[in-house]
This record gives sequence, C-alpha cells and structure tokens, in this order.
Amino acid sequence: MNEQVHPASASAQALLTVRDLRTWFTLRKWGFLHAGTVHAVDGVSFDLARGEAVAIVGESGCGKSTLVRTLLGLDRPTEGEIVIEGESLGTMDAAALRRLRATVGYVQQDPYGALPPFMSISKILAEPLRIHGVSDRRERDRRIRAALEEVGLTPPDEFLEKFPHMLSGGQQQRVVIARALILEPALIVADEPVSMLDASVSVGILRLLRRIQHERALTLVFITHDLSTVRHFANRVFVMYAGRFVETGAVDDLLDTPQHPYTQALLAAIADPDPDNAGRERPVPGGEPPSLVRPPPGCRFHPRCPQVMAGLCDREEPPAFEPRRGQTSWCWLHR
Amino acid sequence: MAEPLLVVEDLSLHYRTEAGILRALDSVSFELGRGEAVVLLGESGCGKSSLAKALLRLLPRNVAHHSGRVLLDGTDIMALSDERFRRDIRWNRISIVMQAAMNALNPVVKVGEQVAEPLLVHAGWKRAAAAEKAAQALARVGVAADFMDRYPFELSGGMRQRVVLAMALITEPALVILDEPTSALDLLTQAGIMNVLKRIKWETGTSFILITHDVGTSSELVDHVALMYAGQIVETSPARDFFREPAHPYGRALMASVPRLHDRADPVHIEGNPPNLLDPPEGCRFAARCAQRFAPCDREPPFARLAGGRRALCWLFDEGGRE
Repeated sequence: MNEQVHPASASAQALLTVRDLRTWFTLRKWGFLHAGTVHAVDGVSFDLARGEAVAIVGESGCGKSTLVRTLLGLDRPTEGEIVIEGESLGTMDAAALRRLRATVGYVQQDPYGALPPFMSISKILAEPLRIHGVSDRRERDRRIRAALEEVGLTPPDEFLEKFPHMLSGGQQQRVVIARALILEPALIVADEPVSMLDASVSVGILRLLRRIQHERALTLVFITHDLSTVRHFANRVFVMYAGRFVETGAVDDLLDTPQHPYTQALLAAIADPDPDNAGRERPVPGGEPPSLVRPPPGCRFHPRCPQVMAGLCDREEPPAFEPRRGQTSWCWLHR
Repeated sequence: MAEPLLVVEDLSLHYRTEAGILRALDSVSFELGRGEAVVLLGESGCGKSSLAKALLRLLPRNVAHHSGRVLLDGTDIMALSDERFRRDIRWNRISIVMQAAMNALNPVVKVGEQVAEPLLVHAGWKRAAAAEKAAQALARVGVAADFMDRYPFELSGGMRQRVVLAMALITEPALVILDEPTSALDLLTQAGIMNVLKRIKWETGTSFILITHDVGTSSELVDHVALMYAGQIVETSPARDFFREPAHPYGRALMASVPRLHDRADPVHIEGNPPNLLDPPEGCRFAARCAQRFAPCDREPPFARLAGGRRALCWLFDEGGRE
C-alpha cells in the first residue's frame, strides 16, 4: 500500500487552516419535522499559505459554494475548525467576526445582483469603509479613487457618480472587485467571478485578479466549474465532489496527470475549439451527482465511476493517497 | 449543388427604444444545407438571439424596421401570413430551444404531456398517439420512459434540458434552432447534451442553428461558422477552417481570448467594448478594437470572398482596400 498522507499538515505560515469541516443543513417538513440532513460540506481539510491562489473546482451541488460561505462566516460550520490568521472562527464573537470580514474580500458570481442598483459607485465603495471605521471623508475618497484605478476603471471621475446599470458586465465585476479590495484584505474569495461574462471580457477580469493577487501578495480562493481557466489563475486545485475533496494538487500536475477518475472525467469533457470535435462523441460518465441527503456509501463517485471495484469502492470510504508527489487522490485505485 | 434548406438574405431588424433606434441586425446573410449545422457565434449583444427570433417571427412590439428574405426550401417564409406561418412553419418545420427554456417548463404539467404538446397544438395529433411519440422522443435524448409521469421540479437541470430538446424534436422539424443550449449547465452535463445533439444530427439529418458565445462548445457540433459582431455577420467559414484560423481580425482576437486546457500561453483579452448599436460607426464596426486597422476601415467594408468558400466583412481581403 502506498504511503497514506494527511492532506493538510499544519504550517507555520498558513493564513487559513481548515480541519475536518462539515457544514450540514437540516431539512424541515411543515416547518418543524426533521426531514433529513444535507451534507453540503462533509469532511474537508486544507491549509492555505499566504500568497497562494487556489481554485476549487466542482459541479453544481458539490458543496463548493457552501464551503466558501462557511469560510466567509456566512454559514455556520456543523463540525470542524477554521483558523484564519491564528484565530478560530468557531470561538469568534460578533466583533471578531466583523474584523474577519475586513480580512476577507468576497467577489460574487453575478456582479449585477451583487451591487445595489440605487447606489452610485462612490457610495457602494464608501460603505465598507464607513462600516469599518474610516470616518474621514477625504481619506475615504482617496481610497475609493485608488481602488477604482487599481481595477482599471480610469479615470475614476468618470465612474464615481454612475449607477451599476450604466456599466457593462465587465465593468460591474471590476466594481465588485474594487469593493472586495478596499479594506485591504489578506484573503479574497471569488465565487465563479466570470461565469456570467463573455470570454473576451472574462480573460481581462481573471488577469486583473491575478495581477492584484501578485502585487498585494494576497491569498486567492476562486471557485469555478471551468477547468480550462485554472492553469492561468491558480497554483493549486482542489476538485470537489458530493461534499468532499476527491483530488488536490499543483495545477500543472493535476491538469496534465489527473489521478482520480472524476478529475479525469471532467478533463475529458472539456471541448477546446477543434474542428475534429464534431466527428466524435465525448466520453461522459452516466448518471448524475448523488443526493447530499443520503450520499452513497464508500466512495461517493462509485455509482458513476468507470473503474469501480465492486465490494470495495461501494463499501469502504477511500482514504487520501499520494500516487504522485504533491498530488493527493481519494481513490482505492492507488492502494 | 443541391438547393440549401435555408437562405437568409439581407435580413435587417431595428428596434425602437427610448434612446433611439437600435440596429440589432444589419444586412445579415447566410445559408444552411440539409443535415448541416451552423453556429451563430458572438458575444452578448451581437444580435444572435435577435436573429433566431426573427427567423421564427417571434418579435417584440417595438420593431422599427424589419426587411430581408428568409427562404426555407425556396419559399419566402417572411412573406407568409401570420396564420400560415404559425400553422405550417413554426414548430412543424422550424423549432427552437430558447435560452434557459429548461426553467420555463410548466411546473404543474407532467413531463410527458409537455413533450407531446407540440403534436397536439401544431400537428393535430390524437392524445394516445402523441403520448407514444413523446416516449420515443424522450428516449432519443436519453430520458427513460418513467420520467413521463414526473413533474419538472423532480428533474435535474440536465434532464430538463433534454426534455426541452425532446419537445423541439417531436414534430421532426427540418431545422432546430438552439439558443445557448448548454450555457447554464455543468461540464459533464454539457458534454452529455452535446453527445445527444451529435447523435441526432448523424442519425436523423436534422439541420441545426446553434447560437452561442462559447467557441469550444460550438466546435462540438457545427459544419459552418457565422461569426457575428455588433449586429452583422463578419465572417462565414467552414468550421474546419475557422477553428484552425479565423480570417476576420475579430475572429482571430476571439480565438486568442479562449483559454485552452493544455495551453500554457495566457489567453489574450480584447481591449475595448463593442460599439453602441444606437449609433454604430459608419465604417467597420470592429475597427476601434482592431490591431490591423488601416485607412479604408473608416468606410463600410465589403463582404469579401476568400478561397475555400469563406467570406469576411473586412477591407484586408479586398483589392480596393489596399490601393
């Protein structure tokens, strides 16, 4: 048997440590009867070093959005521990949670939905500053202009008094990024930041995020379902399926030599522009992701896995294996 | 050469808005052969969805100008009366899968009944026969017969999209228009739907117009590419040529902006924004963002003919432009 590894070993420089995190939701019938539990995040552990860019990849309903909502303090963890800059999220009081929100910037998926339509750009950007105690008007103004310049909305005067609907989708997303940056956070969490945008616009947004991440040595967590962009914007990738990680690794390793059958299936489904695509069918595993109320026993991918081993994968949960150095895969094939 | 199934000639469509006349489509022309698929490829606001709606005459009330010809099997379907178009063309000869149609299924009607509906409404079938045909149509898109009695909310997004596809196919139309059929779906679901479409194209010889901004997905199905920009078709090429190397500078810039899985070079984004269609520039509409802009681009470019049946709306390929 290969050496089993602990996927996340504590490191002195970790900005963020997550240990065995579970975020469950209770389903109620008629408002009070227990009707089941959604295991949205079900045992996830990792460390993030300062300055790292990580992509969390998975399909709808795999728990990736719940994972970041938990990191942001928007959903309460059921079990497990989240430590940000040495402080545990579980023991934080209201004041500490407010400080946390200043260290973590959030870039939402739908920029138009994330910006209040009745507020001007300058008001939108002033709000976090006011909430977090920047009371000097001139100081606020200076920081708002600096943030607009940093995200490429120049000259700032042209944007300050506009309302969100007067901007293009790409410009709106730049405002959302400016708002996430304005309190100078240590960590930025971006939830599918470009899925609503056209390709030529989205590349500009992703490059902006990467440039800011480099210049400010920020830690960046970005959620995506699009594996073809991650090489350009992440150092590490976590692949998530049905509430758990199935594979993690450095971005080039994971994309070039995927180890887990689910990662392999995702990569095989990507269509790069190629005239030969039209002449052949693409291999796609049958079925659909499982219910998070009653996830399957054993490996959660086993009902769809082309390499399933009866008697093992459908019974025993696979532990973490390290089939290649630095690449962790939760799959019995590596035993 | 056999007569094409669909010929679109000089189609223009302008809308009246509070801010003025919006030129959604200007002199759009393309052809589609039987059993072939073409993609209308372009970004938000380029007019691709307006074109689909114009082909099916599903237009809003604020149309200011609508001209051109659309020939289906040689008949100008723009000239038909509304009643004849509704009876003979829409859904019987041309059907459409609207963008996000899977979210527009009736929540209180069983899946099987909804799939059968076009036969009952547009083709006058009897209920029992229509139900049988619906089961076949669902099987064709990979939905098991026991889904017939379920309601849409009981189905995943991918399954609902297959149901919508079955509805579009049930009358065996010659042409199916697919408006962003996979854009809201997950990767594996997308690939599954594209496999279904490929198989239908190979087995039934149905023609498709695919409307999308997704270059990679479009290469999964099509034989031809019609590239759209700011209300115009700026290039028509066989897919084989286009996906190797587009001719129009916008096509080249668009291809360079697409991230590829095994490409270490960064994608390059296109600076600037498309022009405002309330007041488009007089010359080439892409000129302001074009790396190869030169003097003639201030004038309206010709739809130049290139080798291999390609065409591009660009002065670079015109003798007159070089003088």
